[in-house]
Amino acid sequence: MIEKSLRQLGQALAAREISSVELTSLFLDRIARLNPEINAFITVDREQSLAQARAADARLAASAAGPLTGIPIAQKDIFCAQGWTTTCASKMLANFVSPYDATVIAKLHQEAGMVSLGKTNMDEFAMGSSNETSYFGPVKNPWDRTRVPGGSSGGSAAAVAARLAPVATGTDTGGSIRQPAALCNLTGLKPTYGVVSRYGMIAFASSLDQGGPMAPSAEDCALLLNAMSGFDARDSTSLERPVEDYARDLEKPLAGLRIGLPREFFGAGCDPAVMAAVQAAIGEYEKLGAVSVEVSLPNSHLSVPAYYVIAPAEASSNLSRFDGVRYGYRAPDYDSLDDMYMKTRAQGFGAEVKRRILIGAYVLSHGYYDAYYLQAQRIRRLIAADFVEAFKSCDLIMGPTSPSTAFKLGERAADPVQMYLSDIYTIAVNLAGLPAMSIPCGFADGLPVGLQLIGDYFAEARLLNAAHRFQQATDWHRRQPADIA
Amino acid sequence: MMQWEIVIGLEVHAQLSTNSKIFSGASTAFGAEPNTQADAVSLALPGVLPVLNRQAVECAIRFGLAVGAKVAPKSVFERKNYFYPDLPKGYQISQFELPVVQGGTITVQVGAGDKAYEKTINLTRAHLEEDAGKSLHEDFHGKSGIDLNRAGTPLLEIVSEPDMRSSDEAVAYARALHTLVRWIGICDGNMQEGSFRCDANVSVRPKGQAAFGTRREIKNLNSFRFLKEAIDYEVRWQINEIEEGREIHQATVLFDPDSGETRMMRSKEDAHDYRYFPDPDLLPLVISPQWLDAVRATLPELPQAKRARFVAELGLPDYDAGQLTASRETADFFAATLAAAPGQAKVCANWLLGEVSAQLNRDGLDLAQCPITPQQLGGILRRIGDGSISNAGAKEVFRAMWAEGGEADAIIEAKGLKQVSDAGAIEKIVDEILAANPAQVAEYRGGKDKVFGFFVGLAMKASKGKANPAQLNEVLKRRLAG
Repeated sequence: MIEKSLRQLGQALAAREISSVELTSLFLDRIARLNPEINAFITVDREQSLAQARAADARLAASAAGPLTGIPIAQKDIFCAQGWTTTCASKMLANFVSPYDATVIAKLHQEAGMVSLGKTNMDEFAMGSSNETSYFGPVKNPWDRTRVPGGSSGGSAAAVAARLAPVATGTDTGGSIRQPAALCNLTGLKPTYGVVSRYGMIAFASSLDQGGPMAPSAEDCALLLNAMSGFDARDSTSLERPVEDYARDLEKPLAGLRIGLPREFFGAGCDPAVMAAVQAAIGEYEKLGAVSVEVSLPNSHLSVPAYYVIAPAEASSNLSRFDGVRYGYRAPDYDSLDDMYMKTRAQGFGAEVKRRILIGAYVLSHGYYDAYYLQAQRIRRLIAADFVEAFKSCDLIMGPTSPSTAFKLGERAADPVQMYLSDIYTIAVNLAGLPAMSIPCGFADGLPVGLQLIGDYFAEARLLNAAHRFQQATDWHRRQPADIA
Repeated sequence: MMQWEIVIGLEVHAQLSTNSKIFSGASTAFGAEPNTQADAVSLALPGVLPVLNRQAVECAIRFGLAVGAKVAPKSVFERKNYFYPDLPKGYQISQFELPVVQGGTITVQVGAGDKAYEKTINLTRAHLEEDAGKSLHEDFHGKSGIDLNRAGTPLLEIVSEPDMRSSDEAVAYARALHTLVRWIGICDGNMQEGSFRCDANVSVRPKGQAAFGTRREIKNLNSFRFLKEAIDYEVRWQINEIEEGREIHQATVLFDPDSGETRMMRSKEDAHDYRYFPDPDLLPLVISPQWLDAVRATLPELPQAKRARFVAELGLPDYDAGQLTASRETADFFAATLAAAPGQAKVCANWLLGEVSAQLNRDGLDLAQCPITPQQLGGILRRIGDGSISNAGAKEVFRAMWAEGGEADAIIEAKGLKQVSDAGAIEKIVDEILAANPAQVAEYRGGKDKVFGFFVGLAMKASKGKANPAQLNEVLKRRLAG
C-alpha cells in the first residue's frame, strides 16, 4: 500500500480495499517508527489525523468523495492549519497553534478530503538549502542518513522518500521544492507564480514564494496540483484563470518537443557525475522524439546575487510581525519595550534568519536602496526577459536542478555563500515567476540526481506531460532508499 | 524690528467612511470592545495577506476629482517599516513614491467682513494608507494594553503645499477640507473620535527671504481651536528662538492643550529610516478611465460650485451663499426649503441663517436634529410671501411650530394671525383714521413726512396688527397724496 500512487490509492479507497483510517494508521505507524531518526516531521497529531480520516471515510461511504478523499498527505510546516501547531521550524513560533487554515490546507483537506499526517520539518522560515537551519534539528536524507535532504522543504522530501507519506506539499522561493526533490529522488513542481494561493503560507519572500506538490511521480504531482491550485480572492497576487486539469496532457507524445539547453547551465560549476546523468536524461528525451536546441540565459549568473538582495529585503519586512507582542515567542526578561523586541528576536530567530534580516534591512535602508534593491529589481527584469527570448526557440528548458548530489550534514553549514550556490540553477526561475520541475534522472555514487524542467508561464501541463513520458520510459523515480522498510 | 513671515503646510488624516477595513473584511465601527474587530489580518497572524478595499479607493477617487487633482492611473502601495506594539505587521501599508491623488487645489475664504479674502491652497498629494491600533497605558498595572480594532482602518492622508501664511489661513483650509470630505461623503469628520486629524508643519522666515526656514511638525491636532493655538504658540516660540540667537532644529512636537505649549517629541536625529519598498503582496492600484467616470457620475455638486450658483442664479449675497454651503446638510436644507417656498431665496436664506440657526444654538442642536423640516419652514415662508402673515406673525408661527410641531396654515388659523390684505378693509380703516386726525393730515401734506409713522401705528392698532404692512403703506400714501 505504501508503494501506491495517488490514483491507485484513490481506487483502493473507492473499492473499499482499505479505509482512510487504516491507510492513515499505516503511515502514522511508519512515522512513529522511522521519524525519530529521519526527523522529517515537526508535529504529528494522531488524533487530529484520525479524525480527518474518519471524516474522509464518511465522505467515501456517502459517495461524496473526490479523487483524493481519504489519502494522507504531509504538510510543510509553513502552511497554517487550524488547530495544528504551525512553527515554520522556528523557536519564534514553536508554540503557535494556528486559528485558521491556509487556502492550500483548506483546499486539500476541507475540499479534496485528504488527511494530514502532520507538519514537516524545513529550514527555519524556509531560509536554507539543507534543512539544517531548523530549530527542530536537521532532517536526514533517507538515501544516506549522514547527508542533508536539501531544503527548505527537506522534511517533506524526506517524508515522501522514506514513504512516511504518499505525497507532501512544499514551497519554493529559490528552489526549495526542486532541490530537495532532486536530492531525495522525488518529483517536485514549482508552479507559475500566482497559481497556488499564498494565503496562510507563512511569507518568506512574497514576490518569489510559491507552494507546490512533492511526490514520487509527475502524475501524482498533477493530481495534487489540481487540488491545490486556483484563484483565491484572499491573495491579491493570485491569478484569476480558468480552472485547468493539469493531468489532461500527461500522455501526449513528445515527438517534436523542442528542449532548450542553456549554455550557462552546462558549463563549469556542476559535479561531472551529476552532469553525466543529466546528459543521459536529455538523450532519453531525444529517443522519445524531442529535439534539443542550444539557448542562452546571459544574465543567469546574476540570479544568485539579485536573489540575495530581493529575498532578504522582503523577508526583513515579512518577519517584522514576529515581535513577541501578540503571539509566538517572547523573551522572559526585559526592561523596556526596545529590550523586549531585541531579546525576543535575538532569542527567537536562528542565525541564518538573522543574517537575512540584516542583509534585507541593509539593502532597503536610506542611501543603499537604489544601489541594491532597485538594481536587483532591474536584474530581475533582465532575467525574465532572457527566458522570454529563450522560449522563442524552445518549448521547455532543461538542465541540472542542483550542481551536486546530497552533501554531508554540516559540510556547508559554516559557509553561507557555498550554501547559497546550491540553488544556482533554480533561483532564476523564481525571479522570473516561471513554472519548473525536478524529476529523478539517475544516480551518482548511489545518490539521486534531479533533472530540472523549466516551462513558459502557465506551461504546468506541458511540464507534467514531459515529466510523465520520461517516467513511463525510465524507472529512476521508482527507486527507493534501501532501509525504509 | 524684523518682520517675520509664517509658512504652514498641513497634513490631514481623514478616516474614510468604509464599512470594512482597507485590507480586510473586519468592521471599522467606532467604540467596540477592544480587539473585537481585529480579524486575522488586523492581528497580522503569520501567513495572512492584504486585499484592497475598493470602497476605500473610490473615496480617494472622489476626493481627487473634487479637488481637481490628477487621479493616478497607476499608484503603488509601499511598506513603511518600523516597530511599535500597535503596528501589528511591523510595517504600515501606505503609498510613497506614487500616490493615488496628485496635485489639486482647495479655495478657501479667510476672515470675515471687510478683511475677508479668498485664497487657493495647492495640494501636493493625497494617498491611501492604513491606520495603526491603539496602545492603552491605563488599567494594566505597569503594562500596556493593545487594541487593534482601529488597525487597518482606511485613511486618506491629504498633504498641502506650504502655502498658508497665518494660523487663520491654516484653520480656513482645514475647515474647508473638513467640509469637503463630509460633503463628498468620504469621511464623517468626527474630530473627537479621531476621524479627522491634522499635523501642521510650521516655519518662519524673514519677510522677503525666498528660502524656507527650518520647520517643526506639530502632530495630531484634533480640533480647529487647537490647530490655531498650537500654530500661534509655535510661531511665537520659533521667532523668539531666532531672535535670541538660537537655531531652529527640525523636529516633531506635540501640542499640550492644557499648557497651550508645544513640546518636543523627537528630533530629526531620532527619525526612523522607514525602509520603504513596494509591497509585494499588493499589485499596483490601476484606476481605469471607466472607473473614474463612474465615480465622477456619483459626485454631488461641490461647495464652491454651489456657492457660485447661489449667487448667480438665486441672486444671494456671497456671504449668504458661503454660509449656506458651509456644510452639505445646510445646503440641502436650504434647497429643500426653497423648493417648498419657490422664488423666495433671500427669505429662505435669512430664516435659515437667522431664526433657525439661532434656535438650534439655543437648544444645543445641530441641523440634522432640527425639529422643523424644510417643508414646514417653507410653509411659513410661503405665507410671508403671499402676504398672509407679517414677519412678526411668522416668528410666532415659527416658535409654535418649533415647540409643538404642526403645519404653518393650521397654526396661523388657530392663532388668528392672518393679515388683513383685503384692499377695501384697509382703505376703510385708513379713511376713518384720516378723517379723525385732520391736523396731522395737514402737517403731513405740509411736508412733515414723519407723521406717516403715526398713521401706520394707528392703522395697525385699528387692525389689531393684522394689516398687511406693504398694502397699508401703499393705501396710506395714496390717500394722503390726496
